[in-house]
Amino acid sequence: MAVPRRLLRLFVVGPPLLWLGLFFLLPFAIVLRIALSDSAPALPPYAPHWEGWSRLGAFLAALDGETFAVILADSLYLDALLSSLRLAALATLLALLVGFPLAYAMASAPRRWQTALVVLVILPFWTSFLIRVYAWIAILRPEGVLNLVLLRLGVISEPLRILNTEAAVLIGLVYSYLPFMVLPVYAALERLDRSLIEAAADLGAPPLRRLLTVTIPLAKPGILAGAFLVFVPAVGEFVVPDLLGGPDTLMIGKVLWTDFFSNRDWPLASAVAVLLLLLLVGPILFFQRLAKGAAA
Amino acid sequence: MAGLPPSVPPRKSLGNIRRAFAPWANPAARPLVTFEGVTKRFGGVTAVDDLTLAIYPGEFFALLGPSGCGKTTLMRMLAGFETPDSGRIAIDGQDLAGIPPYRRPTNMMFQSYALFPHMSVEDNIAYGLRQEGQPRTEIARRVAEMLALVKLEGLGRRRPDQLSGGQRQRVALARALAKRPKVLLLDEPLGALDRKLREATQYELMDLQSELGLTFVMVTHDQDEAMALADRIAVMSGGRIAQVAPPEVIYENPATRFVAEFVGDVNLVEGTITEASEAFVSIRTAPEGLVIIADPPPGLHPGAAVTVALRPEKVAITHAEPPQAVNKLAGEIWDIGYLGDFTMFQVKVGGEGGPLFKVALANRTRRVERPLAWDDRVWLSWDAEAGILLAG
Repeated sequence: MAVPRRLLRLFVVGPPLLWLGLFFLLPFAIVLRIALSDSAPALPPYAPHWEGWSRLGAFLAALDGETFAVILADSLYLDALLSSLRLAALATLLALLVGFPLAYAMASAPRRWQTALVVLVILPFWTSFLIRVYAWIAILRPEGVLNLVLLRLGVISEPLRILNTEAAVLIGLVYSYLPFMVLPVYAALERLDRSLIEAAADLGAPPLRRLLTVTIPLAKPGILAGAFLVFVPAVGEFVVPDLLGGPDTLMIGKVLWTDFFSNRDWPLASAVAVLLLLLLVGPILFFQRLAKGAAA
Repeated sequence: MAGLPPSVPPRKSLGNIRRAFAPWANPAARPLVTFEGVTKRFGGVTAVDDLTLAIYPGEFFALLGPSGCGKTTLMRMLAGFETPDSGRIAIDGQDLAGIPPYRRPTNMMFQSYALFPHMSVEDNIAYGLRQEGQPRTEIARRVAEMLALVKLEGLGRRRPDQLSGGQRQRVALARALAKRPKVLLLDEPLGALDRKLREATQYELMDLQSELGLTFVMVTHDQDEAMALADRIAVMSGGRIAQVAPPEVIYENPATRFVAEFVGDVNLVEGTITEASEAFVSIRTAPEGLVIIADPPPGLHPGAAVTVALRPEKVAITHAEPPQAVNKLAGEIWDIGYLGDFTMFQVKVGGEGGPLFKVALANRTRRVERPLAWDDRVWLSWDAEAGILLAG
C-alpha cells in the first residue's frame, strides 16, 4: 500500500518542527513566563503569575508588565541596546573590509589550494571560543605581545591602552565572527564566472571599476549573508565585551548577564532577552528582503 | 502573386566588392593585425608555436582547428587575456606588449556570451560606452542604434535570463560592437545556437560585417561556419598554422594532408610517382598497385612518395565502364548512406582487402528507387585535375 502523501510530508517536516518546538519555542515560552513574573526572594528567584490555563483570569489580572516598564524607564537598557547595535554594525563593517579581500584572495588562489584555505579559515573553531578570546587579553594588555613588539620596533614610546576599551571589543568581535563573513563571500566569489570579469576588462573597465560594477554586485548575496551572520550574534555578544571591554563598554548581552547572575533579577533579565529577540526580528527580516532582492 | 515567397529587400551589391577583396595578395596592402614569431607555453605544453600571421582591414578571418590547436589562445593573446612568451603582436602598427585588455582597440564576443546577469540588456550594451565616459545622450543613442542593428528593439529593459539563446547571442554581439572596435573577436559565435538559427545568424553576421566594414576575427572548430563566413581561413594544428587561404583554396587545394582531412571529406591514397611529364604524373599505389593519373605538381619527381587526396564529389560512379576516363577503377558498393541532398557510397576497390573509396552523388531527381544498390559492381572515374597531390 502506498503511503499517503500527507503522511509522508508530515514525516519529512515533522522532526524539524518538533526540534524547533522543543528547543526554541518551549524555552522561549519559559523565558516569557519568567519575564511576566515578579521578582521574589525565592528559589528560583521569582514568583510566577502564570499557573496554567485554569488560572488564566488571575494571570491576566496580575499582568502589569512591571518588568517591561522598568526596562523602558531606565535609560541603561536603551543605551546598552543602542551601543550594542552600533558596535555590532561597526564590527560587521570591519569584518566585511577585512573579510572581502581575504575571500577574494581565496577565490583567486589556485584551485588545488582552495580547500586547504577554507580549512584554515575554520581551523580556529577547533579551539574553544572562550580560550581564543582570553588569548586576546594576553595580546592587547599594556605589557602584552602587541605593545612589546611595537615598543621594541620603536613605533610607540609608551604602551597603548587597548584592553578594556571599545577598540578591544571591536577587535574581539571582528576576530570572532570573521569566518562567518569570509565563508559566504568566498562561496559567492568562487561561483563567479571568470568570463564576466574578462568581458568587463575587454569593454574597457580597469581593475577597480570591474570590482565595483561586476564583482561586488554579483557577490552581493554572499556579502549580505555574511553581514547577517556577523551582525545578529554580535548584537547579543557577552563573552567579548565581558573579557575585553572596560567599565564604559555597554553591551546588552553583558547587561543581561549582570541582571541575571549579579542582581538575580530573573524577570527583568528575561524581559530584556525577550525584547532583544523581538528587536532582532526587524534586522533579520530586513536582511532577508535584501538577500531576496539580490538573488532575483 | 499568391504562392510565391515573400519578396526579399534589394541588397546592396556587395558581391563584386567581395570578389575583388584580396588584400593579402597585394604586397602594398598594410595589414591591421600582425603576429610575428609568437609563442605561448602553458607549463610544458606549447599552445602557440612561433606563429606569424597578418590580418587585413575589413577582413573576416577565421581561425579553424580541432580543440587544443591553439586557436583560442591566439585570440586571447590578441584580446590581452594571455601574454605571449615571445614574439610580437601589433594592431595598426602599435605593439600590444604591456597594454592591458581594457586599453586595446579590440572587443570580444565570448563563447558563453558573458552577459552581466545583474544588468538589463541596455546596460550590458552601454557598459563599454560608459567606461569611455561618453555623455548620457550619446550612450542612449548608441544603445538604441545597436539594439536596432541586432533587431532587438523593445527588449532593452529585459534581463539576460529573460531572453532566448538566440537573443542573448545578439545582445553579446551588440555589446561587443557598441564601441566600434578596430577588431571584433568572435569566440565560437554560433556554437550555442541550434541549426536553423545558426544558418540565419550566419548570413546576418556576414551582412553586418560588410555593412560596418569592421575587421572580424573568429575562432571556430566548425568548418562549415568558417567556410560560410570567412574571407580567409587559417587552419591550425599543434600551435602552428597549417594553411592560410580563402575557403575555396583550403578545400580544393589543401596544402597538407592534415588540412585535406580536417576540412571536408576526402579519400587519401598513398603511392609513389612512377612517371612524370609536362602533361601528367602517374602514381602507383602501394600495396594495391592501382595506377592514378594526376596533373603534374611542381617539384615532385619520379620516385617521390605522395598522397593523393580525392574529394568524394569529384568522383563519378557508374555501372558501365566509362570509355574516356583518365582514371577509372572497378569496385563493389560496400555501403550506401542516403543523406537527402546527396548519397554517400563506400566502394571497395581492387577486390578483397582493397581500399574503400567515398563517393558522393547529388540526388538531382526525386526518384526514390535509385539504380545503384548494395554489392553492385561499379566503376569509379575522375579527371586528372581532381586528384590533389600532397608530399609524403
